[in-house]
Amino acid sequence: MSALIQIEDLCVKYGSIEALRDLNLTINGGEYIGIIGANGGGKSTLLKTILGLTKQYKGSISYKGTTMKKSGLKIGYVPQTSELNRMFPITVEEVVLTAKIPLKNTWFHRFHESDYEEVHQVLAKVGLDDLKERQISDLSGGEFQKLLIARALALNPDILLLDEPTAMIDIRSQKQIYNIIKRLSKEMTVVMVTHHVKDITKQAEKLIFLERNILAEGDPEEVYKYAYLKPVGTLNRSYRRSEVREA
Amino acid sequence: MIADILKYQYLQYALITSVLVSLVSGLIGVIIVEKKQVMMTGGIAHTSYGGVGLGYLLGFEPLLGAFIFAITASLGSNLIKNKLTGISDVIIAIFWSLGMSLGILFIGLIPGYPPDVTSYLFGNILSVTTFNLILMSIITVVVLAVIVIFFHDWRAHLFDPEFTKIMGKRTKLMENVLLVLIGLTVVALIRVVGIILVIALLSIPAATASLLTRKLHLRMIYAIGYGLAFTIFGLFISAYTQLSSGAVIVIFGFAVYIITYLLSKYLTRVKKVESGECS
Repeated sequence: MSALIQIEDLCVKYGSIEALRDLNLTINGGEYIGIIGANGGGKSTLLKTILGLTKQYKGSISYKGTTMKKSGLKIGYVPQTSELNRMFPITVEEVVLTAKIPLKNTWFHRFHESDYEEVHQVLAKVGLDDLKERQISDLSGGEFQKLLIARALALNPDILLLDEPTAMIDIRSQKQIYNIIKRLSKEMTVVMVTHHVKDITKQAEKLIFLERNILAEGDPEEVYKYAYLKPVGTLNRSYRRSEVREA
Repeated sequence: MIADILKYQYLQYALITSVLVSLVSGLIGVIIVEKKQVMMTGGIAHTSYGGVGLGYLLGFEPLLGAFIFAITASLGSNLIKNKLTGISDVIIAIFWSLGMSLGILFIGLIPGYPPDVTSYLFGNILSVTTFNLILMSIITVVVLAVIVIFFHDWRAHLFDPEFTKIMGKRTKLMENVLLVLIGLTVVALIRVVGIILVIALLSIPAATASLLTRKLHLRMIYAIGYGLAFTIFGLFISAYTQLSSGAVIVIFGFAVYIITYLLSKYLTRVKKVESGECS
């Protein structure tokens, strides 16, 4: 597998609070990576920095030697649902169509037939094709999350970043979403932040335990054991990471 | 009534003003309601009082002063808010009170008898001048063009600005353009409902429209319709009774909102009973 995104010595601060410190990470093409860790450990910050949403950071994030902005790499992003207005007057189809708005020359923009076809295809991929006319306020939590995945897919991404896509939804919907992501991981690189540690351990190819820096990285079962099954404070952090890599 | 409109220029101006302010308040009102920026808009409106005072003090058109203060407040509050996250309501309060204080101070500094600023504070649709009408026409054309031409961009931005940024859209520019449009709308509404009641004409038609439809563009169209009905009603009541047009418009709008709310609740219940759903 070749390196898709290379992150070197990444430091992010919010005022005096350090969110990420000297983080180094390589995301290879085709990988399915899970990121776990405590709240406030920098998981969402890492995704947002890759996306270019973090204003100030030190270090570098590159794609095949070029900056992310110049790379032309298409990134699909599924945000935390709590950040969005669920009562906004917009239908399922209209949400996905937002991904089809061109960057420039949008004067009196009209969507093409091909845009609608693509939208229906991605909605079918997540099982929402029969709900395209529905208002988002009428969707369940699970359906809304699938909609955000569909919108990200409508960008035809090379890599899909998901920020807690199974938070605050029922177990049945969680399983459906995990199945969707598993299927997608065969088509593209997937990086998912989650608190559902057991589910991601079963599914991901690589697990990262993040707490401002990567404390453990590698085989999901091994990282899970190091992160949650050993008493707190028994391991030297850098030792833990290197040991897992070897495992 | 029609004979009076044909006869008196001030009634013709007032009628044209009703149409213009309904268009801007319908479009911008729905946006600020969806973005939950109603109170921020109230802050911008009150800040513009400083401009009215400055206009009187220095002898230029007070509405032009209001325009400068409103735009400065819109962009300034956003700039400070971005630097100091999490205290946006405090910044709004500071701009709000500072603008009002400056207005009071400037008017107090005018030698001799102070001017009557009641029409700026509470609105008087019957006192619209030719200059006011030209300014409002320009503002309406600008607001209408920017929102309608880029409607899809605005809808995407309003729903999820983070996603539009990831797509590569210039979200900061869009945010600043929107703030300028809000500032312009405030200026357009001052002559009709006054600085104190501007947020009513922006929020009541939009809120009433939200009871009837869950489509963004239809909400805007309905809000324009409601705004037109409210302002024309206020205009004629004011013309024939000498009551304050701003107050009449707001009270009538509130009554229509309550009636629409009760009616929509009743119709929803009837629909549920007919379809056998639990109510």
